[in-house]
Amino acid sequence: MRKNNQIPEIPAEKFKFIGVDAKIHDQKFETKQVSFFRDAFNRFCKNKSSVVAAIIILCLILYAIFVPIFCETSYSLALTDTTYLNYTKLAPKNAFFAKMGIWDGTKEMTLGEANFQYVRAIGEETGHEIITKVKDETVDEKGKVAYICDVDTYIYNGFTTMTLTEAEYQKLQQWQNETGIQVIYPAVNDKKITDANIWYEANKKGVAKLDKDGNYVNIYRTNGADGEYDSLRVAGDPGIENPESEGRYRYATVTGDSSAKSYKCRIFKYTYFQYRYGFEPAFAFGTNAMGQDILTRLAAGARFSLIFAICIASINLCIGAVYGAIEGYYGGAIDMIMERITDVLARIPFMVVTTLFQLHLAKKVGVVPSLLFAFVLTGWIGMASTVRMQFYRFKGQEYVLASRTLGASDLRIMFKHIFPNALGTIVTSSVLVIPGVIFQESSLTYLGIVNLDSSTMTSVGTMLANGRQYLSSDPHIILFPALFISLLMISFNLFGNGLRDAFNPALRGSDE
Amino acid sequence: MDMAKYVIKRLLFMILTFVIIISIAFVLIRLLPNEPPQQFGKDMQLVLQSRYRQGLADINGNPIPLAQQYWNFLTKTLIGGDWGVSEKLYFGQDCFQIFKDKLPNTILVNVYSSLIAVPLGLMFGIYAALKKNKWQDHVISTGVMILVSVPSYVYAFLIQYFLCFKWKLFPLVMNAGTDYFSWSMFQSMLPAVLSLCLSSIAGYARFTRAELTEVLTSEYLLLARTKGLTRAQTTVRHALRNAMVPIFPSIISEVIYVLSGSLIIENIFVVPGVGRLYVDSITSLDYNFFLLLSGFYTLIGLSAGIVVDLSYGFIDPRIRMGSKK
Repeated sequence: MRKNNQIPEIPAEKFKFIGVDAKIHDQKFETKQVSFFRDAFNRFCKNKSSVVAAIIILCLILYAIFVPIFCETSYSLALTDTTYLNYTKLAPKNAFFAKMGIWDGTKEMTLGEANFQYVRAIGEETGHEIITKVKDETVDEKGKVAYICDVDTYIYNGFTTMTLTEAEYQKLQQWQNETGIQVIYPAVNDKKITDANIWYEANKKGVAKLDKDGNYVNIYRTNGADGEYDSLRVAGDPGIENPESEGRYRYATVTGDSSAKSYKCRIFKYTYFQYRYGFEPAFAFGTNAMGQDILTRLAAGARFSLIFAICIASINLCIGAVYGAIEGYYGGAIDMIMERITDVLARIPFMVVTTLFQLHLAKKVGVVPSLLFAFVLTGWIGMASTVRMQFYRFKGQEYVLASRTLGASDLRIMFKHIFPNALGTIVTSSVLVIPGVIFQESSLTYLGIVNLDSSTMTSVGTMLANGRQYLSSDPHIILFPALFISLLMISFNLFGNGLRDAFNPALRGSDE
Repeated sequence: MDMAKYVIKRLLFMILTFVIIISIAFVLIRLLPNEPPQQFGKDMQLVLQSRYRQGLADINGNPIPLAQQYWNFLTKTLIGGDWGVSEKLYFGQDCFQIFKDKLPNTILVNVYSSLIAVPLGLMFGIYAALKKNKWQDHVISTGVMILVSVPSYVYAFLIQYFLCFKWKLFPLVMNAGTDYFSWSMFQSMLPAVLSLCLSSIAGYARFTRAELTEVLTSEYLLLARTKGLTRAQTTVRHALRNAMVPIFPSIISEVIYVLSGSLIIENIFVVPGVGRLYVDSITSLDYNFFLLLSGFYTLIGLSAGIVVDLSYGFIDPRIRMGSKK
């Protein structure tokens, strides 16, 4: 065999160019190009439970955003209104569903004879249906009767005594005349009775004395000055025919001199609500012990919790990403020292941090910022260790070496080359920070360590804490916040799992 | 030798961390405006003496320099064990004594909870792994998912509402007193124990299932089956042992965590334990209790970390802690 260098000289004309006419270029992909995020999205959509969870989260977020905008009423906007205290613990009611007999603002009560008549009397006087259903009647061995029945809490709310100025008194009468809805009811002829709901004759035990037809015997005050009451009167009032007649019922007690008269009236709360706020009361989630509408209040609390959690997640992401990137990229002694710092920080119990921040900062910068600092102080550590692991994983790879050979600076390699590759994992863990923050924040406010409660602000944990003492009597107060937070947690966890599987198909199912 | 060195190193680092954290807490607490002793009225002397004994103020209750206070704190409180008297919650009583009295309640509730949670959690996890992707697995996994996600106070409310209030199976709150092993005490503890162990069961079940499914698909198990072992034999002798390597340390750490009470659960069921004491000390601003319990919780967290790391080497000889590459 001849060696290469033994080839005799080849004449130049034997060489010729090939492919002069052919254009050389990269072949276009036959298939459609799929970006990394598109691919992750496709994988995410295959996981049905995560998609459902994402939709639920979206609904909850929409609830938090739009309920305060669309469901605010003149009632829920009057945040510091003291009339709130007249409408406490009303059960959930929806005007549409109430006709079908569910979601109708009723509550099951067990009433003895006296209480049963007491409740029935409210309905009797106002003409509203108060006891919607008598479920059971029991007699114990002593012969005491007890009724188990559904009571409409809106009507059961009953009457209150209210002192009105002359202008208010006239305005209320005028409204009564225009609408034909009665708000002011006759005063009662017994000064010892402080309960505005009692308008009938009763014995010492509170059992009503009924006449022979089984009707209540009223004890209305008659005659006397009631400031020219000229409006609706209850049935059986001799004043209906002639407002001047003897024995007419008296609708107000006038006190004060002629310059500043005040009128003490028995007001039916249900219709007074209509007068004051312009619509019939029906709270979809009921009201709490302070009379606040739970629907809008929960939305405000949810909005706070979500915004707070997202803020913390993004701050943690920023700090953790930079810290973890430096640790992971430089490694060695720098990594060692920085790790020891985080070791110490991470071991501080969260409760200690929160309490100290509350004690020192709450007065200076406010409760919310100091809570935010407490969360951020140790919160970023988890993110930093995630980023650090990712950097260790990628920094030895060939494409990083190639980039360094081409003269890229450390910063460029870190944030242009490595970081985008680690983005999937980082996004997943920062999404999972959100439910954790909401859970911790709700625990702290629940325990009363952080106080976020005011007439304008609240959080889900505060609502739970406030509702807890009514757990046995009015469970709806605690039900809706608890339901909200449970739903949020479950769907965030499912959503996070879905994200993780979508970004790292290799980890699929490792932690279900 | 390496092992002993590693343990000593970890212990020293733990002590250092503990001292740093408690020092920060101490200094920050002392920086707060000192409560004037006059407000304690006729009990003023008690508080004054306690503060003087701890070296936080002079005999008249006037503040002394912070550096000196800090030195006294290190020597008299941390080493000497004198945590002072309670100034708000249990007025005039020794903090450490109260703490010691509360501890048995917490330990008892947590021990019962662990005794229920660990075996049940492992059982559910193993069962779900063996029945992977069958309906039994789906049921368990869904239940686990819900229990892990839903905050513990929500099902504590449910338990309290249905078991204690509606059906009246248990008293609403835990009995007071020191009659720890009577039936009525146990009964009154049960709601709290149940609420505590539910999330624990779910956690163990999830962990066990994940580890076991991974081991069950590995090749050496196929080999074991080919050798002629039955399915039960391969699972118990080969799969389970290896799956337990990461699970066992968390069971070990349970032993330490029985000391620390759950803040929320103890609050809901009025368990007279340390968790509730901690929350009460924070809300009523009883600084001596706060410092003592902060130190206690820090110590628990730190020692649990060490125990977990060491138990890895203990259960699996292939893992050598602290060894070089």
